[in-house]
Amino acid sequence: MDYKDYYKILGVARDATQDDIKRSYRKLARKYHPDVSKEANAEALFKELGEAYEVLKDTEKRAAYNQLGDNWKGGQEFRPPPDWNAGFEFSGGHTGGDAKDYSDFFGSLFGRDFRKDGDGRASFHAKGQDHHAKVLIDLEDTYYGATRAITLRVPVVDAQGHVITRERVLNVNIPKGIREGQHIRLSGQGSAGMGEGKAGDLYLKIELRSHPLYRVDGKDLYLDLPVAPWEAALGATVKVPTLGGIVELKIPEGSVSGRKLRLKGRGIPSDPPGDCYVMLEIMLPPADTESAKDLYRKMAQELNFNPRAKMGV
Amino acid sequence: MNTENSSPQFSICILEEQTQLTLADLCRACAVHEAQIIELVDIGVLEPLSREPIHWRFDGVSVLRARMALRLQRDFEIDLAGAALALELLDEIESLRARLRAMGDDRHGDDAEQKMI
Repeated sequence: MDYKDYYKILGVARDATQDDIKRSYRKLARKYHPDVSKEANAEALFKELGEAYEVLKDTEKRAAYNQLGDNWKGGQEFRPPPDWNAGFEFSGGHTGGDAKDYSDFFGSLFGRDFRKDGDGRASFHAKGQDHHAKVLIDLEDTYYGATRAITLRVPVVDAQGHVITRERVLNVNIPKGIREGQHIRLSGQGSAGMGEGKAGDLYLKIELRSHPLYRVDGKDLYLDLPVAPWEAALGATVKVPTLGGIVELKIPEGSVSGRKLRLKGRGIPSDPPGDCYVMLEIMLPPADTESAKDLYRKMAQELNFNPRAKMGV
Repeated sequence: MNTENSSPQFSICILEEQTQLTLADLCRACAVHEAQIIELVDIGVLEPLSREPIHWRFDGVSVLRARMALRLQRDFEIDLAGAALALELLDEIESLRARLRAMGDDRHGDDAEQKMI
């Protein structure tokens, strides 16, 4: 079992006041709270933080923890010394958080009973816990619908009482038209219930893998479409790739770079379906031959064009 | 590591569109009393699909929103109005991030040669 340096986790000195500890906890909680944080391992960090605070905010537990001495390093192999907590009396009970998530280190110091407090409903019939996971899909999956094999890693306790990770593969039908940030619920695929309680549900939050052509905003798609200067200036009918296949788009005469044209109903399927916005991006032919350069020189002479006229320069 | 396979025999739904919950369903799902759900409605975290509490129906994602508000309230020791504010700002950040992605957030310029006139 690894020693946990609760002071380091909370970012405070060993002689910090209770107020310092509270302040630091609150600040770090805002940083690592899984609902708020963008850190990839926010959940683990937040649990660790909660455990550290559970010990240090309580003067009795803190004193007992201090008794271990300050020569330990976080992550060091730890065995509690015999009688380490002699002379300490705990008021008992934990004060909040999900005590069952606390580490073995915590359990060895403050007893397994602490860890069970949060779960004292073993004799009741209770619905199993819901699970949450994210699933990354391609834009094509939401356009056509798809079946995806999703691998979930589930910590389980084996016969010897060790926590092992089991892989679970679920074949999930991705409903057509699902959008980024939406959730799919799989009934009964969470933790098993207690007693006669029903199993919990599994919630999958949909994330879209970035697509080489399209950007996604809700059910609308955005596509940058390169066009030649003469197509924009004179108007043209050009081919545009959409998720449903190639369509022909009419570029109006006199279009400027950045002009946004809408292909109605060519976005993500829905009722009504999303749209596909085509943003014109005027590409210049390279002036890499003498005749191409001549053409540019001729334009410069004949067009009398100052693109910065509006800036007064 | 063991691997377990199962085929798609469970029911699937898009929470945002295909589920409706009553007040009682929501209380059960969040393990809280009616009063707390009513407070979440008063504050505007949850928007029932109909007016009268007896006929209240919530969309499926309300479960996640309610739980998140309650978690924020508990973990940051703030009141529900504060949690509601945080939730709203988080929603806004998420939609701005999505916007930014839709606009292509990888646009940064090259350094140009310059001379002051």
